[in-house]
Amino acid sequence: MRHGRTRFVAGFLAVPVALYVIYVIAPYAQAFHIAFTDWRGVNADPRFVGTENFERLLADDVFWRAVGHNLLLLVLLPLLTIVIALFFAFLLNAGGTGGAGGVRGSRFYRVVFFFPQVLAVAVVAVLFQQVFRPDRSGMLNAPLIAMGLEPVGFLSDTDVALWSILGVLVWQAVGFYVVLFSAGIASIPRELFEAAAIDGASGPPMFFRVTLPLLWDTVQVGWIYLGILALDVFAIVWVMTAEQGGPDHSTTVMAAEIYRNAFEYFKFGYACAMGVVLFFFTIGFAALALRLSRRERIEF
Amino acid sequence: MTPLSRRELLRSAVLAGIALPALSACATPAGDGAVSPAPAAGATSAANPLGLAEDRPLEIWIFDGGFGDAYAKEIHEPMLKAKYPKLEIRHNATQEIAKTLQPRFAGGDPPEFVNNSGANAMDFGALVQDGQLTDLTPLYAAPSWDDPAVPVRDTIDSAAIELGSYDGTPYVLNYVNTVWGIWYSQKLFDAEGWQVPTTWEEFTALCETIKKSGRAAPFTYAGRHPYYIYEAILTLAAKVGGKDVLKNIDNLQDGAWTAEPVKQAATAFAELGAKYLLQGTAGLDHVQTQTAQNKGQVAMLPCGSWLENEQKDTTPADFGYAMFPLPDLTASDAMPYGTLHVQPGEEYVVPARSANPRAGLEYMRAMLSRQGAGDFMELVSTLTVVKDAGRGRTLKPGLASASRAREAAGDNTVWFLFRKWYAELHDEVAAASGQLMNGKLTVDEWAERAQRKADAIKDDSSVKKFTR
Repeated sequence: MRHGRTRFVAGFLAVPVALYVIYVIAPYAQAFHIAFTDWRGVNADPRFVGTENFERLLADDVFWRAVGHNLLLLVLLPLLTIVIALFFAFLLNAGGTGGAGGVRGSRFYRVVFFFPQVLAVAVVAVLFQQVFRPDRSGMLNAPLIAMGLEPVGFLSDTDVALWSILGVLVWQAVGFYVVLFSAGIASIPRELFEAAAIDGASGPPMFFRVTLPLLWDTVQVGWIYLGILALDVFAIVWVMTAEQGGPDHSTTVMAAEIYRNAFEYFKFGYACAMGVVLFFFTIGFAALALRLSRRERIEF
Repeated sequence: MTPLSRRELLRSAVLAGIALPALSACATPAGDGAVSPAPAAGATSAANPLGLAEDRPLEIWIFDGGFGDAYAKEIHEPMLKAKYPKLEIRHNATQEIAKTLQPRFAGGDPPEFVNNSGANAMDFGALVQDGQLTDLTPLYAAPSWDDPAVPVRDTIDSAAIELGSYDGTPYVLNYVNTVWGIWYSQKLFDAEGWQVPTTWEEFTALCETIKKSGRAAPFTYAGRHPYYIYEAILTLAAKVGGKDVLKNIDNLQDGAWTAEPVKQAATAFAELGAKYLLQGTAGLDHVQTQTAQNKGQVAMLPCGSWLENEQKDTTPADFGYAMFPLPDLTASDAMPYGTLHVQPGEEYVVPARSANPRAGLEYMRAMLSRQGAGDFMELVSTLTVVKDAGRGRTLKPGLASASRAREAAGDNTVWFLFRKWYAELHDEVAAASGQLMNGKLTVDEWAERAQRKADAIKDDSSVKKFTR
């Protein structure tokens, strides 16, 4: 019987594990190998150059700016998204008068909030290109110009562009986490809210003392997802910004630099070295996040 | 029918430039070693200077892209047919040049004439390395179609020959020409009484007049693609300091970017950027700025001769596109007024192992005739590398203006290749130029950044270097 079970499990696992090894693990391993060569993408036997790519990487200002942008996003994207999503989820589920139920029209809002999640990333990027346009056709700048003010270079001012990117990322991510947190809140037993309400809790105390602690597991998952999203951000930057990560590298991120070096400069070796660095950032972040947010699970 | 968009064209040019060194290292088809030598030239005569063999067919493959293939069927093939009635011409068109023809090259049975163009073109470096292409020197030395006293070489842009050469040997004919300049609406200029400036003082004075008039913003460029402005800066730099300025830049010479003419040109444009730009220029792309010009919101912008065609859907009927060359910056510019940035493109080759390569060369000679090039200009609305081919033709106003400017420039043409050779340098110069125009970089900082990148590429052993 026991033998049969092992076989059963192995049978189910064989295909996914094989696919995972072939399409995930093997390319990773290869990337580590290519990172030590000067491969240009087409020649059959790349030359081994030792740690030359990594040494060059250390002196590459643009790459370190990209890392800095990723780290900034890593801190701010999860923070802003989770705070906003929690706020909305609370309003939708427990924000109504009397503490139970959501504000009026919460079902409608739930659908509306989810819209950005349904849009393809490229669509979002093109959409916001128009929103951010610096002339009279720009949704945000048109009122400014009408009032006689200077338009803001949302995507053209090097001091502003990264914040515009952050705004779009948050806008796009919030909807999903509202739904996720709503589901989390819905699974909290109603009696707990009622008990707290009887004890006189409402509004903020209810949220911070009851809802949030009971939702902590979900928030933690959301934080890790968003953190990885912040490290992997690519399409929005690539499609939306001038000079793909510009202007003047002011919005570039690691993934964009990897893509640029691999597929525009055909420096696959160098790009793989960047990929290796990104790999360690991601692994490091995941380990750190899991460790820091470890908490006792509350059973209910 | 938009010809493959300029962005695509530029991108493929960049890709081709980068792929070239890498591909040439390995991507050559396996030769069987028993390829018969190309047939020697047939009997040449004054009427048949290239010795075309009339008893063998001429197989032609045209890339069916933005220019279509009608120009070959309706213009060049009939010209040849009229001259050699017995010659059998086999016309073909495809969008998949490499897929269709690479096996024929590998098999030693290529056609006589190939328009190796588009995103699916074959790699020129690999073809050259494998000895697959006919040396075009006899063509350029042959008497021209229109005047036996003048060799073909003297009837076309020298840039076309240089750009089609590999290690000094011409293998590729670049037929279509692009010229750059400052574009404006003749109608608007006439209505407001604005004059085309010939010196930089006149230019800035005109900008001032336009600004004060409140009729339009004086100047703009595709802010999201700062190539459009560094192109103008470099052309002006070459005008001030001579052709070597750009040659040094292409050859990654020490101090090429910090040279005085380059800084002078950058200073001039930085001033333009500080005072006369259309509001929001830095955040607008080429289509948005060009459309703003069509709407009369901005008077002038730098662009290439594809502009009129690109904008044909948004241009008012009486807009009257016209261009002028960059004005004299100083009284002692190394190159005279009218100097232009020209860049030939659209590649044609004659495969060396074809059965009748001399017919391919003769076909090229027909293309390079006044009639062949002039009819082509009218049909597909673009310039060719043939000098004066637009004279006496009915061309759209912008094309006519570009054609006149090209004619007036004579040999005073400049071009640069680093954009195709070193995409990294292009990106860095573009990024820095955008900031220069926004006033976030000084001219010295701009020049130093470009120079630093050029030096880094020079020191990078993994990047293949080119020289011109």
